[in-house]
Amino acid sequence: MGSVNALAKSDFPLLRRSVNGQRLCYLDSAATTPMPQAIGEKLQTFYAQSYSSVHRSVNSLGLETTNAYEHARSKVAKFINADPAEVIFTSGATASLNLVAESWGRENIHQGDEIVLAVSEHHSNFLPWQQLAQAVGAKLRLIKLNDQEELDLIQAKSLFNEKTKLLALAQVSNVLGSENPVAELISMAHQVGAICVIDGAQAIPHERIDVRQMDCDFYAFSGHKMLGPTGIGVLYGKKALLEQMPPAHFGGGMINYLDHGQATWEAVPEKFEAGTPNTVGAIGLGYAIDYLNKIGFKNIEQHNQELMNYLLPKLAANPGVKIYGQGQKLGVVSFNLAGIHPHDAATLFDQFGVEVRAGHHCALPLMQELGIPASIRASFYIYNDQADCDRLLEAIKQTQEFFNESC
Amino acid sequence: MSLADMRSLYQAVVLDHAAHPRHKGELSDYNAASTVHNPSCGDTIKLFLQIDQDKITAASFTGSGCTISQASASLLTEAVIGKTTAQCLAMAKAFSNLATGQEADQKSIALLGDSAIMTTVMQFPARIKCATISWWALDEAIIKMKGHPND
Ligand SMILES: Cc1ncc(COP(=O)(O)O)c(C=O)c1O
Repeated sequence: MGSVNALAKSDFPLLRRSVNGQRLCYLDSAATTPMPQAIGEKLQTFYAQSYSSVHRSVNSLGLETTNAYEHARSKVAKFINADPAEVIFTSGATASLNLVAESWGRENIHQGDEIVLAVSEHHSNFLPWQQLAQAVGAKLRLIKLNDQEELDLIQAKSLFNEKTKLLALAQVSNVLGSENPVAELISMAHQVGAICVIDGAQAIPHERIDVRQMDCDFYAFSGHKMLGPTGIGVLYGKKALLEQMPPAHFGGGMINYLDHGQATWEAVPEKFEAGTPNTVGAIGLGYAIDYLNKIGFKNIEQHNQELMNYLLPKLAANPGVKIYGQGQKLGVVSFNLAGIHPHDAATLFDQFGVEVRAGHHCALPLMQELGIPASIRASFYIYNDQADCDRLLEAIKQTQEFFNESC
Repeated sequence: MSLADMRSLYQAVVLDHAAHPRHKGELSDYNAASTVHNPSCGDTIKLFLQIDQDKITAASFTGSGCTISQASASLLTEAVIGKTTAQCLAMAKAFSNLATGQEADQKSIALLGDSAIMTTVMQFPARIKCATISWWALDEAIIKMKGHPND
């Protein structure tokens, strides 16, 4: 096998900096991705030339900004195969998921109802449902792991019944790195009349998403994990559902009419976008989509697979390494080193300039299920190459030597 | 930073206390206790104290965590046995100050003894909390039992 080269490295000045005297080896893309320099430059141009508020201005600048914002919405819609009216801009996946819970959930989930979710959900797709269930007297039912440490479809089947109102599921786990059986679970949920909220935060950087084909009812993701800016995210919802839902936040830009006694709401998506939106974030997300389209998901998928094919056998061959989840990894791998706490390991890795995440990854229910307090997570993306895999492997080796000979 | 700096954090005493923690396990008799979590890593330390006539006569801890948090808790239990509650509160404050790069009075530093080693964590900002949580637990356990010293 030839060496695996980065698809794009020079576009990311951050990756040229050093950490603790070593060139940065960035392995934390599942947390956030750096933004290509050109996107920052384009946003600066926008600030310098067109910046204004949206919607409210009957002036040229306002119109330009509104057009740019709506153009970004169209790009998102096309990117996930939705209608622009089905694309709500939020501050991120967390806000998107909370919006569904506060609006659709509050309206439709009642005492005695059941919500099915995976034990591997990120807190942002766990807590909104746990809190809602507590508030209304509904019940959470968890899809557990099978002996491959992947979601157990057989056990899942037993969770759905006529009381199930909602399935909340990550398409790709931010810890296990594997793709969940979304199609099967959505079909189980739909069969009992439940709606499906898919958390796409970890999937959208890695694969082409088609919400119609997936047939999810809601789909949430964040810009900052797909080369866009922070503070911008998306909630996709099927139009018919969005139209029935009450707004979750109230403020400027979302009413059709208002007097002292009452208000009527704007159509979707404005109904859900109270207040001055993050225009620059949305426009930046649009540029990130352009960038990803230019690179192409076929190339992205192939690149990440090549990196995993190179790394995983070497990692697994180290007897002191325990990898979590046996499914195929989309650029994300979590593991522990025998006898070494992940925080100690990450502190050592940091000395070698290898930046990973150590902790519970906002997935405490999964940590409890795996019976560990925390893990190390290395996550890869288009700017990583084989040398980054080698540096991780070397940092692991040095860390094992450091602690094993010291004890 | 280098592996030599790592040796200053992970000194032999520290590794020894982490690998063979002293006073680990729940005390059969205790009259003060406190549990402290480190939300960023999920580590938990529960500290148990037996306080007789204002003196710590026994101390122990349970919980899982990294080398730093385990060693710090272990060293803490050794340091506090035989001390008065007022001395313990002064030690907790001194430890927390030193670990965050601030000054502490010499008398309190002397009381800390070996446990002061853990304040080298100051060079590693991301790890300060690992070292300090057991001392917070000490502070909390004593205040819960006795009320605030100024009350
Ligand atoms: C699977 C998953 N869902 C949701 C989120 C939350 O994303 P954000 O913090 O951008 O709202 C994350 C980010 O860590 C994630 O990995």
